[in-house]
Parts: sequence; C-alpha cells; structure tokens
Amino acid sequence: MATGTIIDVVMPQMGVSVSEGTIVKWLKSEGETIEADEALLEISTDKVDTEVPSPGTGVVAKILVHEGETVDVGTKLAEIAPEGAEPAVAEPEAAVEAEPAVEPEPEPAAAVKADAPSSAEPPAPAAPVETPAPAAAGDGSENGKSFVSPVVARIAAEHGVDVGTIQGTGQGGRVTKKDILAFIESGPAPAPAAPTTPTPVETAPTAPAAPTDPSAQPTAPPVAASAQPQAAGTGETLEPMNAMRRGIAEHMRRSLDTAAHVTSAIEVDMSKVVAIREKLKASYQKDYGVNPTYLAFVGRAAVDTLHDYPWINGELRDDQIVTRNYVNLGIAVELADGKGLIVPVIKNAEGLNLLGLARSIADIAARARDKKLLPDDVQGGTFTITNPGGYGTFHGTPVISQPQAGILGTYALVKRPWVVQDALGNDVLAIRPIMNITLTYDHRLVDGALAGRFLHDVRENLQTWGEDRY
Amino acid sequence: VAERTYLQAISDGLRQEMRRDKRVFVIGEDVGVYGGAFKVTLGFQEEFGAWRVIDAPLSETAIVGGCTGAALMGMRPVAEMQFADFVSCAWDHLVTVAAKQFYRAGTPVPMVVRLPSGGGFSGGPFHSQNPESSFAHIPGLKCVCPATPEDAKGLLATAIEDPNPVLYFEHKHLYRRLKADVPEERYTIPFGEARTHREGEDISVITWGAMVHTADEAAEELAKEDVSVEVVDLRTVMPWDRKAVLASVEKTSKVLVLHEDTRTGGFGAEIAATIAEEAFESLDAPVKRIAAPDSPVPFSPPLEKAFIPQVETVASGLRELAAY
Repeated sequence: MATGTIIDVVMPQMGVSVSEGTIVKWLKSEGETIEADEALLEISTDKVDTEVPSPGTGVVAKILVHEGETVDVGTKLAEIAPEGAEPAVAEPEAAVEAEPAVEPEPEPAAAVKADAPSSAEPPAPAAPVETPAPAAAGDGSENGKSFVSPVVARIAAEHGVDVGTIQGTGQGGRVTKKDILAFIESGPAPAPAAPTTPTPVETAPTAPAAPTDPSAQPTAPPVAASAQPQAAGTGETLEPMNAMRRGIAEHMRRSLDTAAHVTSAIEVDMSKVVAIREKLKASYQKDYGVNPTYLAFVGRAAVDTLHDYPWINGELRDDQIVTRNYVNLGIAVELADGKGLIVPVIKNAEGLNLLGLARSIADIAARARDKKLLPDDVQGGTFTITNPGGYGTFHGTPVISQPQAGILGTYALVKRPWVVQDALGNDVLAIRPIMNITLTYDHRLVDGALAGRFLHDVRENLQTWGEDRY
Repeated sequence: VAERTYLQAISDGLRQEMRRDKRVFVIGEDVGVYGGAFKVTLGFQEEFGAWRVIDAPLSETAIVGGCTGAALMGMRPVAEMQFADFVSCAWDHLVTVAAKQFYRAGTPVPMVVRLPSGGGFSGGPFHSQNPESSFAHIPGLKCVCPATPEDAKGLLATAIEDPNPVLYFEHKHLYRRLKADVPEERYTIPFGEARTHREGEDISVITWGAMVHTADEAAEELAKEDVSVEVVDLRTVMPWDRKAVLASVEKTSKVLVLHEDTRTGGFGAEIAATIAEEAFESLDAPVKRIAAPDSPVPFSPPLEKAFIPQVETVASGLRELAAY
C-alpha cells in the first residue's frame, strides 16, 4: 500500500519569458506505470515544443489538465503515485468520459485532493459529471449519451468542439459522426427551443457592438448561440492557432512595436567562398559528415565582424545599452510543414570555426524539426541570422528577434554580370556569384552608418578571407 | 461483349488460356469425358485432347501433387477439385510443398487449383464449405474469390499467369444464377484490387464471393430507408486490398464485414482487426461481423438458410449500424 507521497507534475518553465504552456499530448494515461525521466507528456509553448519527463517512478494517478488546454507555468498537471501506492485507476467507463473532447472543463483541484494514496478507495467515477446538454433525447440509456466514438473524438479535437454541446441522434442520444459534422457545418443546431438550455455561456469572444444583454441569448436563434468557434463562411476553413503560431504572432507584433526597424542591404561577390566551399565540401562530408553551407560561411564572417560592432550584438535594456564579449547566434529554422518558425541559438558562436558552426547549425536545425530542442536551446540569443534565400528571394526585411538589436538576412546566390578589373586595371564584365545580404537593425540603438560599416566589413571578410581564416 | 453466366465466363476464360498457352492443361476428377461435375470443361477434351484435359483418379493428393511437379517443370496446370471441400486431402501438397517451394528453392510453382465452393443448395457438410481463410493464412498461397462473371474470367487469366500457386474459389451458387456481359477478348484483372460494387456514404460492407450479391440486396432495402450502403467486393482475399477497405471505412466510419465462411478465424476477423488497428480514429461504431455460425453446413434447407447469411440478416445488421 501507500508508501511514498504523491509526486506532482507541474508545467515547467520553458524559458524566462514563457508564462504558459499547452498540453499537446499525454504519452501515458491514468493507471499506467512510468519510470522516472520517462517521457510523460508533450507540451507546446511559444518557444519550444518538448516532452516533459516524469519526476518520479510510479503510477500515473491523476491527469489534471487535458490535451489542448493551456495553463500557466507551475500549474499542477498530473500526480504520480510512487510504487506501492494504490493506482487510482478509473474504470473504463470513467476513462472514456475523461476523454478530452467531451470534458467541459478540467475542474482540477477539488476532486483531486481527496485520493491521497493512503485512502485505498479508488476515486472512480465520481468526478466528471456530464454536461447538461439539451434535454430532449434523454431516453434512459445514459451510456450511449456519454460514449464518444473514435472518429467523433478526433473531429471534435480537430475543430475544438465540445461534444457535450451537440444534440446526438445515435443510440441513446450518442453524438454520431453525422451529428458532429452537421454541427460543424451549420454551427450549433438551433437548440430544441427548450426553456432549460443553459448553453455554457462563453464570454462570447467577438459579438460586435453588443446589441442586447447576454441573458437574452437563448431566444436569439442562430447568431449568438455560437458556443465555440466562429462558424466558417462559405469556402472558408477554420483551424485553431497552435501555441507556436500564437507565439510567433505575438512576438512579431511586439518586435515591430518595440524596435525602429531599418534594413540595409549589400551585394557580396561570393566567388571566393564558392571556391573554398567546393574545396572543403568533400572532405568535410567525408571526415565529419558535415556540409559547409553558405549559411555557415556567412555566419562565420558575421560573428567575426560582430566583435568590432558590439552594439549590433547588443541590446537596449531600459535606458542601458548592453554589450557582450560573446555572440549567441540565433538561426531561424523553418519547420518541415512550413507552418512554423523557431530560432534556436548557438551559444558562444565566436569560439567556433567554420566546421564547428556548420555542425552546430545542422544540429539545431535537425533538432528543431524533430522537436528535440531543449528550452535552453532557444534562449539567450544576441544576434540572429535568417536565410530565406533558399527559394530564390534576393531581398527581404526580416523582423528582429527581441530584445536583440539586429538580424542578418542572407538571400539567393545568383550569377550576375559583374564589373571587375583585369590585370591591367581595366573594367571588364565577369560572371560572379552574388549574394544579397541584409542587416535589419533597431535604429534606436544602431545608426545607418554603423550598419553600413558592419555590412561592408562582413562583405570584406567574405570576399577576402582565405580558407585559413574560416 | 456477350451475356454469359458465371460458369460460362470461367469456362470461356479457361478455354482462352488453353488456346493461347500450350503449357496450360486441366486435370481433375471427371473433367475430361464427362466435362466436369459442373460442366465447366465440357467439350474441352474434344478440342484439346486427352493429354491436356486429364481425367484423374479419385485422389486430390495425386492431382495437386502432380500439378506441383508439372508446374515445377514449366507447365501451367489448372487442377479442378470437384468440390472445394475435398482440397483438404491435398493440404500437404499445397501447404507444405507448393506454398513453400519458391521460398525454399527459388523455383516458382505456377499452378491454379479451381475450387467450386459455397452452399445454398442443401449440399450438406461435405459439399458446401468456403475454406478460403484456411489458405489465406498460408504465406505463399493466393486466394481468389470472384463475384461476377466478368471478374471470374479476368481473375482466372491472372491466376493462370501468376507464377505462384493460386486457389481459385468459384461459387457454385453463382454458377448459373448470375448472368452478365463479359468481354469476349482476353483480359486480366490484377490481384489485390477491390471493386466497389456499390457506392454509398453511411456504411461500408466488406465482402467477397456470393455475399457481394446478398450485401447488394440488403443495401437496396436500406436505400429505401434512406441509408446509403457501400459494398466493397475484395475479389481476391489474398492479397487483399487494405487500401480500398480503409478508404471506404474512412469515408463511412461504419463497417460490416460479411462472409459465408464460418465466423471464428474467418478472414473477416483479419479485416476487422486491420480496421481496428489502422482506421481506429475513423470509426463511429464497432466493426460488425456477419458470418456463418461455427458449425458444419447443415443439409436441411431451413437450417442451411439459417446458417448462410441471408439478405434479411444483413439488412438488420446494417440497420443496427445505422442506428448506432
């Protein structure tokens, strides 16, 4: 019987600025055993998506926050009953009801406290009582009403619909696939004009120019009833914003509201880099399994240049100017599905040569795409490089990652007719691989001339450095 | 194109293959002089001679064993079991030798065993069975169960062309009851490609052989009740078209797996399990099976009717799913 005390699992702090996280997926369910450090759940914050390891060995006694919900850092997510403790296994029935989609609200605390491991009594079905739901169909077979089939659960999760608010036409009032599809298509059915329908009144998100007081709701048929998402217009599809998207949206807006963005661009003759890269590629690949990308070259040249431009590697903190003797280089990484962006950081990039930088970039990019980044990997950046040139774009004005002072953009490497001087000092046209490089800087701290000088020096490095400088 | 019965389509297909490929020959009990118990090979001996249409002694072991040897030597034998039930005598040759030969020695066994199967005519326990699931379970064997004249002909050509031992289950109940247009020219129908016998939106029936028609009639009844039923005819049970089945399940979210063979360990169980594994999140109701009860096939007409899934049984199963 109960030996140890219950271990709480809380929403971890995934970075200083992060205040909340979303439960993406529980990897264990109630009643399952788990080892310490075994992955218990996946969470998503506006910085990283990651797995949360179990703080102890035992049985998952209680899951308090359901998938899809967003809670503050420090919120208790689950309880682990240490080995020997009575697993608080819910009966299958109850387990079904606990299904996230059905559950109206988590209602955490309350019921939880009671089942300290010593009170051998499994807390069983007490907790989740069904949502009222428009009466009508209630024909006695309670079970049918609460059972949510796999396909209905999936559709509900995909559309963020609370199944409890749908009128079911299946056996015992069960919500069928047709019911939920019709619900989504048409918005909630005009509730069976019942006097009793207390549709859980959401603080109606948008209701423009609030016409009447909310208590009038039930009678106003189609419009206000909208319990959950706003209905899609013809030809439109609605999908909920995930935590990463929300994070990006918030950060982009805040950055533009904070910094005075200005972008300068410079054209760089990459002949030398191309030649060095050609030379190094095979041996890097063979000896280290690393591809010396152009991004690594530019990164190396930029990090070196930043040494002479501390303000560009700096930060405005209140009315202080922060400079550093190190460069933590952020690299913007597009996630595989094109639906997200994350900026993992290479710490102390000034200590890395070309090989080290190329390897680090490959590593963080791979881990970003595999969702294997640790919270630390996305924090503490002092300067960022973004590389949207892969698709051929030759110019852009990226948004600064706050609270940094600058972001370097690298664009497509294009062969261009270029005026150079021949051995006699005459101008001649040559074909040269040219890359546009931009610096978007916060004009509050960095002036145009400084930015120009910085870009000039980056160009000089790229155009003049020999292999040994990298 | 000409209207042919299911039996004529098989006969035509076999004749066509024998005309185009000298390696193809037929062997079985009474297939020569008598033209076969069901007259599939009527007139064959006259056309192809006694060496290509061989009357065998009453020994399925000898027939299938001889075919295995002939196939190893480069021939394309087509054996006829007078009734599918008797194939059990040839189990060892099929399962131990023919099915494993290519794996063991790398030598193909291009052989077809024709198996008149199924009940519905009071044939009793020795003349009515549908043993496809037993053989579908054996790696190395393929199992074909055509439901229409057109498929019967095209699938037979594919079976004869196939370099593996193929069990070709022809349903006796369909032999002369089913008539449809069949192309006169030669054609093949690939194995492992299901055919949507009837399109529908609300419930999928996964079935094969004679049950395709039972399902279709039941679907017709349900249509009157405004329930739209899709009937997927697997055509070949091994290989079977998982993709088509899963696609149909994803569309309708409710499935009835139907077969004439007995229930326990029937091939429907494999299909149901696959759906549960791979389409779980598409399901809106438990996967339902309708099959014969676990008993020998009875002689008595009323009992046999109770044994083989009937249109009414299937229709009420569909109604249950629709209401779920």
